[in-house]
Amino acid sequence: MRVEHFLSSSARRFPDKTALVTPSRRWTYRELDQATDRLAASLAARGLTHGDRVAIFMDNSAEAVIGIFATLKAGAVFSPVNPTTKANKLAYILDNCRAAAIITEARHLRVVEPATAEAASVRLTVVANGAPGTLVPGGLAFEAAIAGATAAAPRPRAATDLDLAMLIYTSGSTGQPKGVMMLHQNVVAAATSITTYLESSADDVILNVLPISFDYGLYQVLMTFKVGATLVLERSFAFPMALIKRMAEEGVTGFPLVPTMASTLLNMKTLTPADLPPLRYITNTAAALPVAHIKRLQELFPATRIYSMYGLTECKRCTYLPPEQLAIRPGSVGIAIPNTEAYVVDAAGERTAPGETGELVIRGPHVMKGYWENPEATAKALRPGPHPWEKVLYTGDLFRTDEDGYLYFVGRQDDIIKSRGEKVAPKEVESVLYALMGVREAVVIGVPDPILGEAVKAVIACEPNARLTEKDILRHCAQHLEDYMVPKMVEFRSELPKSDNGKLSRRLVAAEPVEG
Amino acid sequence: MLQKNEQYSPLSPELTAKEVRSFIEENFLFRGNCESIRDDESLIAAGLIDSTGVLELVAFLEEQFGIEVADADIMPENLDSIRAITSYIASHKPR
Repeated sequence: MRVEHFLSSSARRFPDKTALVTPSRRWTYRELDQATDRLAASLAARGLTHGDRVAIFMDNSAEAVIGIFATLKAGAVFSPVNPTTKANKLAYILDNCRAAAIITEARHLRVVEPATAEAASVRLTVVANGAPGTLVPGGLAFEAAIAGATAAAPRPRAATDLDLAMLIYTSGSTGQPKGVMMLHQNVVAAATSITTYLESSADDVILNVLPISFDYGLYQVLMTFKVGATLVLERSFAFPMALIKRMAEEGVTGFPLVPTMASTLLNMKTLTPADLPPLRYITNTAAALPVAHIKRLQELFPATRIYSMYGLTECKRCTYLPPEQLAIRPGSVGIAIPNTEAYVVDAAGERTAPGETGELVIRGPHVMKGYWENPEATAKALRPGPHPWEKVLYTGDLFRTDEDGYLYFVGRQDDIIKSRGEKVAPKEVESVLYALMGVREAVVIGVPDPILGEAVKAVIACEPNARLTEKDILRHCAQHLEDYMVPKMVEFRSELPKSDNGKLSRRLVAAEPVEG
Repeated sequence: MLQKNEQYSPLSPELTAKEVRSFIEENFLFRGNCESIRDDESLIAAGLIDSTGVLELVAFLEEQFGIEVADADIMPENLDSIRAITSYIASHKPR
């Protein structure tokens, strides 16, 4: 099975059922299926072909959903890129995967145009929500491409589930993002496993506010269409009361969240269970929920099953804690998801005893096929497994198990910071800091944070006459980095510690007490 | 000529709007991919504000204008544009 069949087969089963609800419009499965057919036909008419890469650079919207499925229907590969990414990094990604096209919206053209000017491979820019006549040269207006008579989707040659479906870029320890290669069969396996333990069905209505450029948000779209459910797609959790109202209006049954959202809900002191809809389930991932929050969340949603989960882009999801275990082992992220295995090994590759810390290894049909054109990084992450035909994923995450085999996250093996469930390479943030006039030395570290998992912290030594404030640093970072990479805190020191060979040491910076 | 209710707020709507705008420009504008924002433009749609941003905005309103923002009032119709915020302040002046 290929991923686009999630949509087309649900459209055959439930043509008139609501598939997608956005603040501006409701879409039935038939309407969405036809719009994606038309866009796929337009893309093919412009020369997009089997295996081409297409960047999706959009906020949560129906256009983004249509863009993803139209790309797949054209036989091409989609690459969702966080729309807060800045022009130079977008150019790097487009160039790295030699993207043939980018689908975006008018308000992001300020970033897209300079990026595509540098990426020679991009032949086509599809622009949604543009004012008439403002199209980029050689561009295609999204609205025109999905209007008009129904066109059949193109029939890509020899399409199988062994084709690449998605390239999703993640931070690497060298500072350059790496494209995680997911075949159709990897995505289908992950979506099947997750919908199995969530017991998802066509009766579900999912409220998604997570960015669909992030795999947790993206899979809400894919899994909704897979089971023929309804997706209510919103852009942000900034106004929780408005979303609680939406939940009741739409009869929402499933609500995926991250710890910051749980904490926002719990900060609303006047909220009682009577104000909240009877959700079937809530999921949490990205970082573990603090135990106190789990308890209060369950009090607010007494009849709701709460799933604590853990994953990484390279295999989408690794583990989940069955909800009935939540009160017993609130700090655990559970067991391997169905049809996969998760185990902990020591430095020699031997499985550890309960309580011993080691590296988490994942095996299953959801594991990526490697990093795009990066055999070195691929060889480090994918290593021989129990069978000669199989590679298993070394996650770089340190874990331990309890006596009953339940898994607990301990930390990272390398310098990578895990904040809000996204990987942040300190090197990437540091090189942005060094570009700021007045910064003499900069080191970026992760500090434990109950909500974010780790918070990004910048430790800076300035040039003697520089007068930089915390706000100057944050503003500069926000202008050059995706929002999740922007430090949450800044500390100024007169000098940063060096290791014996004179190099700045993140470890020593993290170990030194804050200067009084 | 002073209107009867003006004694409760030293700020005219224009001054209020100016103050709200400068808070948003100073604290949020650099987060989005835009250079300026119109009075009636959605802060969410422009990518300027997230849930932390809303909490910062609420703290600013409470401190600067002495109003108490109830959880139930933290809704887009009250806080999602400079114009909405300005009229919310006008209708919630402290008494």
